[in-house]
Formats: sequence, structure tokens, C-alpha cells
Amino acid sequence: MDVTWYLVLSALLFAIGAAGVLIRRSPLVILLCLELMLNAGNLALVAFARDRGDQDGQVFALIVMVVAACEVVVGLGLIVAMFRRRLPLNVDEMRDLRG
Amino acid sequence: MVEVAFFAGAIGAVAGAVGVIALRNPFYSVLALVVHLVALAGLFLLLYAQFVAAAQVVVYAGAVMVLYVFVAAYVGEVEEPIWEPIPGQRFLAPLLAAALFVELSIAILGTGLSSLDSEGPTLPIGFGSPEAIGNLLLERFLVVFEAASMLLLVAAVGAVVLAGRTRVAPAGARDEVPHPVSPDDRSPSAPYAAEPAAPSAPEPAASEQARMTGRPSGSLVGEGEASGGGVP
Repeated sequence: MDVTWYLVLSALLFAIGAAGVLIRRSPLVILLCLELMLNAGNLALVAFARDRGDQDGQVFALIVMVVAACEVVVGLGLIVAMFRRRLPLNVDEMRDLRG
Repeated sequence: MVEVAFFAGAIGAVAGAVGVIALRNPFYSVLALVVHLVALAGLFLLLYAQFVAAAQVVVYAGAVMVLYVFVAAYVGEVEEPIWEPIPGQRFLAPLLAAALFVELSIAILGTGLSSLDSEGPTLPIGFGSPEAIGNLLLERFLVVFEAASMLLLVAAVGAVVLAGRTRVAPAGARDEVPHPVSPDDRSPSAPYAAEPAAPSAPEPAASEQARMTGRPSGSLVGEGEASGGGVP
């Protein structure tokens, strides 16, 4: 399989994730869509590592996974804090920054 | 054979991704993301990234998704309103995503990198194995590795600070509102929280704590009173 196939698939997955961020309103699902976009980037990194015959892209993909895990932890902590304060779990109503 | 595996993985990944954004229940969205991640791990295997594929399944589809499932079960189903704050958002958002896909595809297909139209060079034995990746992480990318560990530590501490219970007690002013409020009718009610609560009346903050811990609210009235009295 040509590496181009993987890159086009990665672009498609990234576009689906971006559409999800734009359409959905629940912060939990928006975090999931961010995961989709990060994984699309990971697929492109690994595909380029295959294309170059170089393993640095795979190390980069691993670091992206670490950053994604951190983002998940902080984002889910925010969602739990919002839920405990009885704030609406809807990004359209969370417009202001006061508490 | 490779083509069949690629298209199976690609169809699984795309189906999982569409399921994430199309399913109403967040719980099912999380499960769709697990399908997506496992399919993507198969694609990583096709690209000779064995260690990344294993980490994807174990860490991502395993640990991180369990975290998501916990929070989805904790928060419960969130109903998304039908009304649109931005007119035409339902049509414009997929249009924008399609435009993004076309643009990225043009950039990929129109690139001058002729090596993209091949399968890539023949790889040495052990390419992408845990040994090779571990050597790279601990020698050439040692600083990156340490920075990642520090980032994980900071994120863990930040999550505890954000979601910890101690942040809830000073915010008792908000807890007296029984239902989610719109941002407009939130009145500044800090003086109310400063008053000590009557011992007989179950304070809403205490009842909320009781709901969290599952204990009866009577045993927690004193605790809520103490936190309420400590505010001024």
C-alpha cells in the first residue's frame, strides 16, 4: 500500500473529528473528538516514519499519546468539577469565565 | 493481502469516528472510540510500528477509555438541545469539515514528495520494535522523555486540584441552587453561605456531599456547618 493512502485516511479522520468539535455540544463528546484529531495526526506521523524509514516519527507519536492522556485527565477533571457545581454540561451555555 | 487488511482497518477507523460524532449517548460514543482506536492500532501494525500499536491498545484503548467510561457513567446522559445558537450551524459545520478534508487531500496528493507513492524503503529487522523505540527514548530523546513524565505529573496534580472535593466546600453558595441555572439569574449569594446553617435543616451542600458519598445527610450536617462557618 502506498503511504499516500494512509495520509488521505488521516486527513479524513481529522476532518471527521473537526466536524464533531463543531457540531456537538457536550464537552465530553468534544473531548472524544479531540482524541480523534490527535489520532489522525498520530497516523500521519507513523505513516511518514514508514515513508522515511526512520523511527523518530514513532517516538513522536508516542509523545503525542502522552500529551493526549494529559489533556484527557485535565479535561475530564474539568467536566467533573462542572458537574459537581451543577453547571450546565453544554459548551454553548458555558460562555463566561466567572466561576 | 495487505490491501485487504488496510481497507478493513480503514473502514473500522472511519466507522468508529463517525460513530463518535453521530451517536447521541456519550457512553456509546466512548465505545465507538474504542473501536476506532483498535482499528487504528491495526493500521499501525501495517506500518511496522509494533510498539506504538501495542501502546495504543494497552494505554489508549485500555486505560484512557476506562477513564472516559467512568466519567460518562458519573455525569450520565446529557441531553443536547435542538435549538441552534448560530443559525445554520448544522449545515455549515459538515461543509467546513468537508472543505478541510479536500484541502488536506490536495496538499497531500499535490506534494512533490515522490516517495509517498511507494511503499517506502525496505526496513531493517527490528524496525519499530520495543527495543529500538526504547533505545531511542532513553538515548536520543531523553530530554523529551523526561519532559513527558513531568507533564504527566503536572496533569495528575492538576486533575486532583480541579476535581477534588476541597474545591466544592467554599463554593457552597452555588450549591443551594437545586437545578442547573442559566448564567443570567445567578445572583451573588456569598453572604448566604457565610451564615451558619441551622442544625435541623439539612444544608444543601451537606446533602450533596451525602449524595456523593452515599451516607445519610444527618451525619454530615455538622461538617457542612463547620465549612459554612469558616468562610468569613
